[in-house]
Amino acid sequence: MSDMNATPSAALAGNQDVEFWMKEDHHPANGTLLGFWIYLMSDCLIFACLFATYGVLGRSYAGGPTGAELFDLPLVAINTTLLLLSSITYGFAVLEMQKDRRGTMMAWLVITGLFGLGFLGIELHEFSELIGQGAGPQRSAFLSSFFTLVGTHGLHVTFGIVWLVTLLFQVGRFGLTPANKRRILCLSMFWHFLDVVWIGVFTFVYLMGALP
Amino acid sequence: MNMPDAEKLIFGRLTLEAIPYHEPILLATFAGVAIIGAVLLGLITKYKLWGYLWREWFTSIDHKKIGIMYMVFGVVMLLRGFADALMMRAQQAMAFNGNPGFLPPHHYDQIFTAHGVIMIFFVAMPLVTGLMNFIMPLQIGARDVAFPFLNNFSFWMTVAGGVLVMASLFVGEFARTGWLAYPPLAGLEASPDVGVDYYIWSLQVAGVGTTLSGINLIATIVKMRAPGMTMMKMPIFTWTSLCTNVLIVAAFPVLTAVLVLLSLDRYVGTNFFTNGMGGNPMMYVNLIWIWGHPEVYILVLPVFGVFSEVVSTFSRKRLFGYASMVYATVVITVLSYLVWLHHFFTMGSGASVNSFFGITTMIISIPTGAKMFNWLFTMYRGRIQFEVPMLWTMGFMFTFVIGGMTGVMLAIPPADFLLHNSLFLVAHFHNVIIGGVIFGLFAGINYWFPKAFGYKLDPFWGKCSFWFWLVGFWFAFMPLYILGFMGVTRRMNHFEDPSLQIWFQIAAFGAVLIALGIGSFLVQLWVSYKRREELRDVTGDPWHGRTLEWSTSSPPPAYNFAFTPIIHEADAWWDMKERNQRRRTEGYLPIHMPKNTSAGIYLAAFAFVVGFAMIWHMFLIAGLAFLGLLVTAIGHTFNYKRDFHIPADEVARTETARTEALAAHV
Amino acid sequence: MRMFMKTLRGLPVLALALLLSGCDAVLFSPAGDVARQQRDLIIISVVLMLIIIIPVIVMTFVFAWKYRESNKAAHHEYDPEWNHSTVLELLIWAAPLLIIIALGAVTWTSTHKLDPYRPLERVDNVRSVAPNTKPLVVEVVALDWKWLFFYPEQGIATVNEMAAPVDRPIEFHITASTVMNAFFVPSMAGMIYAMPGMETKLHGVMNKTGNFEGISANYSGAGFSDMRFTLHSVSDADFDAWVAKAKADGGHLARADYIKLEKPSEKEPVHYYGTVDPGLYNAILNQCVAAGQMCMSDMVKHEQHDDHGMAGMAPAGHPHE
Repeated sequence: MSDMNATPSAALAGNQDVEFWMKEDHHPANGTLLGFWIYLMSDCLIFACLFATYGVLGRSYAGGPTGAELFDLPLVAINTTLLLLSSITYGFAVLEMQKDRRGTMMAWLVITGLFGLGFLGIELHEFSELIGQGAGPQRSAFLSSFFTLVGTHGLHVTFGIVWLVTLLFQVGRFGLTPANKRRILCLSMFWHFLDVVWIGVFTFVYLMGALP
Repeated sequence: MNMPDAEKLIFGRLTLEAIPYHEPILLATFAGVAIIGAVLLGLITKYKLWGYLWREWFTSIDHKKIGIMYMVFGVVMLLRGFADALMMRAQQAMAFNGNPGFLPPHHYDQIFTAHGVIMIFFVAMPLVTGLMNFIMPLQIGARDVAFPFLNNFSFWMTVAGGVLVMASLFVGEFARTGWLAYPPLAGLEASPDVGVDYYIWSLQVAGVGTTLSGINLIATIVKMRAPGMTMMKMPIFTWTSLCTNVLIVAAFPVLTAVLVLLSLDRYVGTNFFTNGMGGNPMMYVNLIWIWGHPEVYILVLPVFGVFSEVVSTFSRKRLFGYASMVYATVVITVLSYLVWLHHFFTMGSGASVNSFFGITTMIISIPTGAKMFNWLFTMYRGRIQFEVPMLWTMGFMFTFVIGGMTGVMLAIPPADFLLHNSLFLVAHFHNVIIGGVIFGLFAGINYWFPKAFGYKLDPFWGKCSFWFWLVGFWFAFMPLYILGFMGVTRRMNHFEDPSLQIWFQIAAFGAVLIALGIGSFLVQLWVSYKRREELRDVTGDPWHGRTLEWSTSSPPPAYNFAFTPIIHEADAWWDMKERNQRRRTEGYLPIHMPKNTSAGIYLAAFAFVVGFAMIWHMFLIAGLAFLGLLVTAIGHTFNYKRDFHIPADEVARTETARTEALAAHV
Repeated sequence: MRMFMKTLRGLPVLALALLLSGCDAVLFSPAGDVARQQRDLIIISVVLMLIIIIPVIVMTFVFAWKYRESNKAAHHEYDPEWNHSTVLELLIWAAPLLIIIALGAVTWTSTHKLDPYRPLERVDNVRSVAPNTKPLVVEVVALDWKWLFFYPEQGIATVNEMAAPVDRPIEFHITASTVMNAFFVPSMAGMIYAMPGMETKLHGVMNKTGNFEGISANYSGAGFSDMRFTLHSVSDADFDAWVAKAKADGGHLARADYIKLEKPSEKEPVHYYGTVDPGLYNAILNQCVAAGQMCMSDMVKHEQHDDHGMAGMAPAGHPHE
C-alpha cells in the first residue's frame, strides 16, 4: 500500500495531537424518557388504526342503533371532566416531586388514581347499559369499532392505575430516588397521552357521533 | 360442576384428537424433532452445560450474546421454513395428470402459510435483528444498548412466538389462509379451527418483542453514540439500522392493531371484517399492508447497510456517495408508507388511486437505483478482494436488479392485473428477498463471524454455499417467472396442464440446489469450528475494516471498548489506522455494566402460555398466566440493583492479555 | 473466478430459453384486446428499464473484473479516498428519475385507459366499438369452489362454463358468496377480485374464437385449485345455439336451489339453468337470498333515512368509490 501515502488523510498520519480514546469515564445520556416517548408514539399508532377503523365503520349500523340514539352526552361530559382533572392533578404531583415533597406528591397521585377509577367506573356503567339495551359490540360494525376504540383506551387507563399503585408503593418504600423520579415522569407522559387520546375519542366518537 | 365442564374449563377445546398422530408425515417429523431434541438436551446435560447456558446466554443482557442467539434462532427456523419450501416444490412437481401429490390440500395449504410466516417473521426478522443487535452498538462505540433488559425480553418474546408456530405442527394445525390471513377466509365462519388462532397469537407475541427491540435500538443510536459521531459520521449500517427501527416502530403497531381486530372478530364476535353486519374485509387488507409494505423495507434496509460496509471494505475504498446513500435510505423509509395499495390494485380502486400508488412505488426505485450505482462506483478504482462476503455482494447486485425490474413491472396497475397473484409475483418477491435479504445476511454472517467468534469462516465451504444458493436460486425461480407468464396462479396444489410440469421440475431441482447451499453453510460452520486455530484472527481486524467494531478484540470483551473511542471521521477505525492511533494500555477505570436477569425469559414463558391457552380457549389458564405475567413484570420493577462495575484490574487483565496477543502476533 | 465466467457465458442461453418459452405463454399470446394492451405494457416497461438494468449489470461485471486485486494493471488507478463526484451523483439520481418519469407517464395514461370499470372504446387495435353497441352483461358469483354466471339478457345461468360472442364487449359484474376470489381469464383481460357483499366490474372482449381457461387467482380454501371454468369464445350464431342449449337442458334456479348450490363443493361439473328467479343476483350481492334476511342495500337506505349520514364504505357498494 505504498501509494496510500499520496492520499490526503494519510498526510495527517503521525499527527499525535488528535485523541482517539477517552481518558475519563463516558456516560451516555439516559435514554429512558426518549425510549418511553417512542413507545408512546407506537401506541399512538395503535389508536390511529382504531380511529381509522372507527372512521370507516362508524356509520355501518347494519340496521342497528346509531350513535345519536345511544350516546348519553352529559354522562360522557362528566367522564371527560374526571379524566382532564386527573391530568391536572398529575401535573401537581410532578410539581411536588420536583420540590422533593414526597408526601404531598403521593397525595396528588392518589387523587389522580381516584379520578381515573371514577372515569373507569362511569365507562363500565356506560358499557353495561349499552350491552343491556342489546347494543353490544356484536350488534354492528359501528358498535364493534366503538367498543374497541373506547375499550382500548379504558384498558390503557386500567394499566395506568395498576402502574400508579405500583409506583406509590415504590416511592413509599424507596423514596424519591432518581430512578423513581424517572418512572413518575414516564407515567406522567403516559397519563397525559391517554388524556389527549380521550379528547380525540370525545370529539370524533361522541360529539360527532351524536350529531344527527 | 361435572367432569366435562371441568375438563372444558381447563383444556378448552384441546383434546387428544388435536395431536395429528394419524398423519404419517407429521408423525415422522415429530419423531425426528423429538429425537434431535432429546439428543441435544442429553448432550447439554452430559456436558453440564445447563448452568453455563443459563448464566452466560439465556439470562444475558449483553447485546452481542443476544445478537448471536437471534442468529442461531433464525438459522434453526430457516431449516423449518425451508423444509416447507421443499415440500411445496415437491408437491407441485408431482401433482399432474390426476396425481394428487403427496400432500392433501388440508396439509399443503398449511405448509404454504407456515412457509411465508416462518420465513418472514422467524427467519428474516431474527437474523436482521440479530445482526443489528450485535453490530450496531459496536459500530457506534457503545458498551450496550439503551435498555439491555428489554433487549433480552424482546429476544425471548420472538422465540416464544416461534415456539408457538412450531407447536402448531404437533398440536392442532396452522392457518390455511396464506401468510397474511385475509378475512373472510381467516374469519370464524371459513376457518373455525385453531390454525388462524395460532397465526394470530404467534405474531402478536413475537410482535411485542419486535416493537420493543425497535424502540430500544432507536434510543441506542440516538443517545449512545460515542463522542464526535455526528449523524453524518455514522457508519451506513448504523444508518440503515436506524431507519429500519423507525420503520419497525411505525409499522408493527399497525399489525398489532389489525390482529387485535381479527381476534375480536374470532373470539368476541365483533363485526370488523365479517361479511354481514357492516363489516368490511377490505379494511383488513388495507391495514395489514400498511404494515406489510414497510416490513419489506425493514428486512432489506439493514442488508443494504451490510452491502455498503462489505463493498467498501473489500474494495479498500471509502464508500462512494455517503451522503446520497443516507438520503436514499431516508427517502426509502418515508416512501415505504405511501405504496401499500400496490398489493391490491385488483381490489377495484379507481384508476387515479391505482396510478398514484403505482407511481409512488416506481419512485422508490430511484433511491434504490442510486444505491446500486453508489456500490458500483465504490468498486470503481478500488482494489477488490473477492472474499466470501464480497461474492455474496456480487451475487446480490446481479440478482437484485432483476428483482427490482420485475417489481416495477408489477407496479404498473394494468400489467399487475395480469401478473398479480401469479407465480411471477412469487418469483419476484423471492427474487428480492433471497437475492437481497438472504444474500445480504450471508454476506453479513461471513463478514462479521470473525468478530463474534475470533476466527474466520472457512472460505471453501462458504464459496460452495454461495454458488449453490446463487445457481439454485436461478433454477428455482426463473421457471416461476415463466409460469407466471403462462397464467399460473400461486397456492395451487395440483395442475391440469401437463406442459407446465417440466418447469415445476426445474424449480424443484433449484430448491434442491438451495438445500445444498444451506447444507454447505452448516458444514462451513462445523468445519470452521474444527479448523478454528488455523482460521484464528488475533488482530480483531481480519479484513482491514473501516468501522469501530474492528478496533476491539474478537470476540469483543463484555464491555466492548476499554476506552470509549472519539470519532473524527465517517470511517472512524480506518481514520484511526491512517493516523497511526496508539491503543491506550494504561489508566483503566472500572466499567459500569448492566447485570444479567432471568426476568425476560419468565415473562416470555408466561406470554407463551397466554398465547397457547387462548388458542385452545383455555380461558382460566390464559387468565392465570396473564396474571403471572403482570406480577412478574411488576416484581421486576422492584429490582433497582440492575448494574455493577467491572473492576479496573479485571479490565486491565483482559486488555493486557490482548496487548500481549497482539505483540506475539506481529 | 472461472466458475463465475462460466455462469456469465450461460446467461444468454438462459435468456434465450426464457424468451422462446415466453412466446407461447398465454400472457404473450392473448385472445382479447385488453389483455393484449396489458401485455404491451409489460414489454414497454421491460424495454424502458433495460436501459438502466443492462448498463448496471455490465458495469458490475466489468468493475469487478477490472478492479480485482490480482489485476496489477489497474493498481495505478486505485484511489482509496475517491468517494465523491458531483457530476456522477447527479447522473445516478437523474438517470433512474428520467426512466421513472417516462414510466410514470405511461402508467398514468394506461391505468386510466385500461381501468376495468371503464366501458371499452375499441374492439381491437383497428376497430372501435360501434355506437349503440350494448355490451354482453355477465354477472359472476364466486362460490365455494365454483363459478356461477348469470346472463340477465338471455335469462340463463351456468356453472363453471361461460360463452361469449367474439368481438362483442363483455361487461362483468362480479361478487362472491363467502370469501374473496379473483376472476381471471388470462387470455381476455386482467383479474379483479370477487368479494362478498361487494360488486366489482370488469370490461373485456375476445377477438379470437376458441376455448379459453378461466381461473380463480386468489386462494380461497380447500377446493381452490379446481375452481376453473372454460370460456367459449364463439360466433354470434354459435352463441345463440349455446344459449338455446342452456335453456333446453337446464332447469330452474330458484333461491332454494341457489342455497344448495352455494354449499362448498369441489370439481363441480358444468351445468346450466334455463331460467332464474328474478333478482337472484342482487339478492346474492346483498346477502339476502335466504328468507328473512335483510338486504344490505335496505340497511343502508334505512340508515340514510334515519340520520341522513353517509354510508361509510358502503356495504354492497363498489370498492371503486
